[in-house]
Amino acid sequence: MMKFYEDLTIGERFQLGTHSFTADDIKLFAGQYDPQRFHVDEDAGRASHFGGLVASGWHTGSIWMRKLVDYNKARIEEALARGERIPILGPSPGFRDMKWHKPVFAGDTITYAIDVVGKRESRSRPRFGIVETMAIADNQHGVRVMSFVSTTFVEKRGAAEE
Amino acid sequence: MPKRYYEDFTPGQTIEFGPRLVTREEILAFAAQYDPQPMHLDEEAGRNSMLGGLGASGWHTSSIMMRMICDSFMLDSSSMGAGGVDEVKWLKPVRPGDKLTLKTTIGEKRRSRSRPEMGIVQLQYELFNQHGDCVMFMTVPTMFGVREPGQAS
Repeated sequence: MMKFYEDLTIGERFQLGTHSFTADDIKLFAGQYDPQRFHVDEDAGRASHFGGLVASGWHTGSIWMRKLVDYNKARIEEALARGERIPILGPSPGFRDMKWHKPVFAGDTITYAIDVVGKRESRSRPRFGIVETMAIADNQHGVRVMSFVSTTFVEKRGAAEE
Repeated sequence: MPKRYYEDFTPGQTIEFGPRLVTREEILAFAAQYDPQPMHLDEEAGRNSMLGGLGASGWHTSSIMMRMICDSFMLDSSSMGAGGVDEVKWLKPVRPGDKLTLKTTIGEKRRSRSRPEMGIVQLQYELFNQHGDCVMFMTVPTMFGVREPGQAS
């Protein structure tokens, strides 16, 4: 996602890498932010309709964010090494249609990606374009566990050259 | 037995919770682990960004909100989790020292056709800071166990 607005193509996918969820990590995040019984206790998870300890959906989402930040940082370093300027990205105003399609169980390895699904000009911030993306998370069986749609302000190459 | 089952959610009712203080330390700790972008980690980088100052990651604000939801009523309910979130809006930055309050509004509800032990309640959440500004909004169709699965809704 470290491209100028003009250079992003609808349908383009960026692979963000994988993350393995351990029982300890799941319980640590949930203990702090989402201590529902099936997120903090193996026995309660097994007894629940999930059938095992499962990660908070906010944990799955927060790791997606971390994978995106790490991906962007690596692309920034590469661009700077080539002496290229990198686009400024604006803060996200939120997201919609987040779906936790299937549970993330302790021991699952999740593969994260982001797809470009739309783009449009910004009337309020003419230096930027608005890029619509779909976040994707699939487990080791290739089954989708999470997706959501969000919008980001991405700087225009034209604006950078002014 | 949990206090709130599916039957106990009345559309139109509201539940208030808070305030909950957000510290600089937790903003930095969450950002370091999950969203290490400069505007969530550094005062000056924050000032130079669209946030206009150090601000919490939206994922942190969401996670804090989830914890407040848990403490407000969710832990003492027959919650079966949620299949997703319809909409999340991060409307204003959350700053160190902010005191957040949660307002839950109960929306429409329906029994699951395929799973008689479960019903789905549309819950709308608004998070306010100490100035009365809404900093975050979301709507979550949430699954709750029913108290009397044999009874029709």
